[in-house]
Amino acid sequence: MNSALSITKNIHDWLFSIMPEAAASIAEMVLIALVYDAIKLLSKELTGTTRADKFLYNLAPYFVIISSLMALSVFPFTKEFQAFDINIGLFFLIAVSSIGVIGILLGGWSSNNKFAMIGAMRSGVQTISYELSIGLSLLTMVLLTGSLQLSEIVEVQKSGWLIVQGHIPAIIAFMIYMIAGTAETNRAPFDMVEAESELGAGFHTEYSGMKFAYFFLAEFINMFIIAAIATTVFFGAWLSPFGITESIPMLGVFWFLLKALILVFLMMWFRWTFPRLRIDQLLTLEWKYLLPLNLANIVIMALLVWLNLTISF
Amino acid sequence: METVTVNSNFKSEEYFINMGPQHPATHGVLRLLLTIDGEIIKKVEPDLGYIHRSIEKMCERDSYQQIVHLTDRMDYLSANINNEAVCLTVENALQLEIPERVKVIRTIIGELTRISSHCLWWGVMGMDVGALTTYFYGFRDRELLNDIFEETCGARLTMNYNVPGGLMFDIHPNFVKRVKEFITHFKTKLPEYDRLLTNNIIFQKRAIGVGVLSKEDAISYGASGPVGRASGYSCDVRKHHPYSALDKVTFNEALRTEGDTYARYLVRIQEMWESMSIVEQLIDNIPEGEHRVTTNAVIKLPKGEYYQKVETARGELGVYIISTGTKSPYRLKFRSPGFSNLSLLNHIAVGGKIGDLVATMATLDLVIPDIDR
Repeated sequence: MNSALSITKNIHDWLFSIMPEAAASIAEMVLIALVYDAIKLLSKELTGTTRADKFLYNLAPYFVIISSLMALSVFPFTKEFQAFDINIGLFFLIAVSSIGVIGILLGGWSSNNKFAMIGAMRSGVQTISYELSIGLSLLTMVLLTGSLQLSEIVEVQKSGWLIVQGHIPAIIAFMIYMIAGTAETNRAPFDMVEAESELGAGFHTEYSGMKFAYFFLAEFINMFIIAAIATTVFFGAWLSPFGITESIPMLGVFWFLLKALILVFLMMWFRWTFPRLRIDQLLTLEWKYLLPLNLANIVIMALLVWLNLTISF
Repeated sequence: METVTVNSNFKSEEYFINMGPQHPATHGVLRLLLTIDGEIIKKVEPDLGYIHRSIEKMCERDSYQQIVHLTDRMDYLSANINNEAVCLTVENALQLEIPERVKVIRTIIGELTRISSHCLWWGVMGMDVGALTTYFYGFRDRELLNDIFEETCGARLTMNYNVPGGLMFDIHPNFVKRVKEFITHFKTKLPEYDRLLTNNIIFQKRAIGVGVLSKEDAISYGASGPVGRASGYSCDVRKHHPYSALDKVTFNEALRTEGDTYARYLVRIQEMWESMSIVEQLIDNIPEGEHRVTTNAVIKLPKGEYYQKVETARGELGVYIISTGTKSPYRLKFRSPGFSNLSLLNHIAVGGKIGDLVATMATLDLVIPDIDR
């Protein structure tokens, strides 16, 4: 508790020394809430059920968090600032981000709780369905770039962001991608997995403390990943609009984060505004509407590329 | 309702799950014993008794003035209307002549309570189907009403404003002004509710055709309030047996015939408009006069049986008193709207998904302390 108070005091002093008073007090509230949240999650007791399958129960959070953190390794924040530039970057991203669902399924199953199991089963159904839409909508854009390597995808966009180059089919692909991405990260309006008014807390009902925090943080990292993939594939990653800051390459980080965070904001906006779908409506949306639309969209995009009707500057 | 055909090679198994007494969707300590096949509800058995406080038995011990205070704790969202019900019963039994001023103020506060209750219901309804913004909208507007109540009688939720014979205090000098301000404010906010939730395609998909209650079933289960009216059963006590100043105002009874979750939703939204119009008709001409007639310190009802019903935000609340001429009733029975509305849950929720059950339950607008007295 003493450490928490001293952290609070340090943040307070620092903020009031660098900002006007009104701004500092708001920033203080935000920052201190974050710090306290972290301290709370770290210091909470790890409760669990005695009847749980201990090995799987303890393993599940790591699947989720590791898959999320691994995905972060390939994003091109600037031309140089990219940990791994592998030639199957986009494929790697989709592959890695779908490992997370194994953790959710394991967590829900091993908790030995019916609510958790319903949540986990929903998660399995939902993630597998929406993976198709994510993959297909990204494939639509790969038709334009001709490469799965993220640095090449950015290179192509120097003559116009892909959402501009591919115009109508690209916009459709982007919308499908955002819907499927929201569903993939189990965020509202597709948060069937948690559905707090139906299942209490869904698959992580029996988790607490840092184990819960892994699920919780993974959800937020996943949201950033979905936004970052969209930034890379549709909005030119670190490229500045109209090349206004081309001479300062390090500003790429700023542009990348700005674009990604705007998309994160969009997803949070969905979450607070829309009611949740029902599980059967969720599957209907994917299999009856998004998937056929996506397949048709790929054909249109292929025709567009073949007939050379793309826009580039 | 869509049916699922299961391949005979796979054996589907029904299982039992406990929803509550601690569950976010049951709005309190209601426990539902669910029998589920996958996601599909096969049986819903409400299990009550987690917040039973023997209010009816306590009434047999207390004097009539004290009973009024207990009724706040039943349906705490329409606290003032509950108080009014007991006061009306006692006043009718004593054949007291109640001043016009009291009647008008009671009606105004009653309708404001109804708006406040529906505001909260709307916020929670949105949250139950997953839209979180509604909660803040609903509470933002309810807060203004709570402030008005606080200024008038000192309490925000359990108001105790009514006493047998009138009102505990006269209204605050600011009351008329603030109520008018609220009405102007709320007239701009209620269309916002529609834009946010009513016209949302996801919400409509979740609500239309879900939890359908036919008119016949509504009558045979004793449904009342918005639940009954959404099924086309005209059961507004304010219309059919007007009390206080409700015979002086004109308003439409919100009626729909579909009987589904969406109809129950729309009925409540319309009721907020009607309540506003009732308040508007009365607020400008509150008659002058006493705010209370003096009664004996110890009220003794003449020997006999008395019944009075009022329309709370949830439906018909009946107060049935058997008096033997002593200072407290021999038996006092509340006919609470939530209890009969809950009894039809199994009938309308079976066959739906878990999500449907939650949405249906939200439109029944259950207040558990009202069911479990």
